[in-house]
Amino acid sequence: MTETGTSTAEAAVFWVCAILAVTGGLGLILSRRAVHSALWVALTMISLAVLYIANAAPFLGMVQIIVYTGAVMMLFLFVLMVVGVDSSDSLVETLRGQRVVGILLAAGFGILLVLAIGSALTGVPAVGLDAANAEYGGNVEGIARLLFGEYLLAFEIVAGLLITAALGALVLAHRERWQPRRTQRELSEERVRSGDHVGPLPAPGVYARHNAVDTPALLPDGSVAEISVPGPLRARGDLRPVDAAAVAETEALASGRAALGPADHPVADDPGTSPDEPR
Amino acid sequence: MNPENYVVLAAVLFTIGTVGVLVRRNAIVVFMSIELMLNAANLAFVAFARMQGNLDGQVIAFFVMVVAAAEVVVGLAIIVAIYRSRRSASIDEPNLLKY
Repeated sequence: MTETGTSTAEAAVFWVCAILAVTGGLGLILSRRAVHSALWVALTMISLAVLYIANAAPFLGMVQIIVYTGAVMMLFLFVLMVVGVDSSDSLVETLRGQRVVGILLAAGFGILLVLAIGSALTGVPAVGLDAANAEYGGNVEGIARLLFGEYLLAFEIVAGLLITAALGALVLAHRERWQPRRTQRELSEERVRSGDHVGPLPAPGVYARHNAVDTPALLPDGSVAEISVPGPLRARGDLRPVDAAAVAETEALASGRAALGPADHPVADDPGTSPDEPR
Repeated sequence: MNPENYVVLAAVLFTIGTVGVLVRRNAIVVFMSIELMLNAANLAFVAFARMQGNLDGQVIAFFVMVVAAAEVVVGLAIIVAIYRSRRSASIDEPNLLKY
């Protein structure tokens, strides 16, 4: 039984899913935040699952969705929550020119691979899996026959590998507490001794239209008190920028100077909004 | 459309994963790029299985998935352990073995 071409429906599925998969891959390497990369990879995995199913591998397609998008990518997201939001890439190159050389090498590798595959596979007839799937009554049955027959030893070894990996992860993630937990008293004594922030940190700014935690408080001289915004937001760069003109206007109003001249923009009660930021 | 298009797509995805490994500095992103490369290899296996009319390719792809899952578990645990001691997930940081 030979199957040289594929149906039009399959071609449509292929092109849609191929474009989605490549988009996800590009999103992985182009997005600056690791969380966005993880979501892009999830898109790639799902489109690959559809491609498996289109390739007469329904079992692998389901396993792909369950194992990759269900377990692996969610594990990545959990670890991203542990490792923190400030883990976006630094733009400093440790090795000079490494980025350019890396892209060039990878592009050359890709061209070589695609050309080699293109020339090696043209004219190879595709047999199709219909006969192999039908032999034992279906795709799952056929794979089970191979897994628990010919590949039984490999299957057992892989099971051992999985258990070892789980134990290894437990060992690596476990942290032994070497010193007793520090009490609140010790912590406060240490804070007073270090002398930099004895009291609580300043609260975020509260203004007429913004009192969200990303709005920094202003010091009496109009400068931003960065410390008033929670650390994770600061690390992510999610500080709401302060409109300098509005601050100056407020200052002028407070000192009574602007009351005489015509105001060319509305009275600023809101140092938290900058005109160029559409939120 | 020929079934070999699947293999070409796998090559493209593998290349994208290579770029990610070579260019990105965040250990987790590098790890996800490796996952992408493994998936590209899986797609090639599945396509070859179909072209050869033989289910062995699908069984190998299944094994690759299992090994990839084990690798993810251990690798992420290592990344978390390094993050705890170094407070960083950059692959430029851990250079203790260098000297």
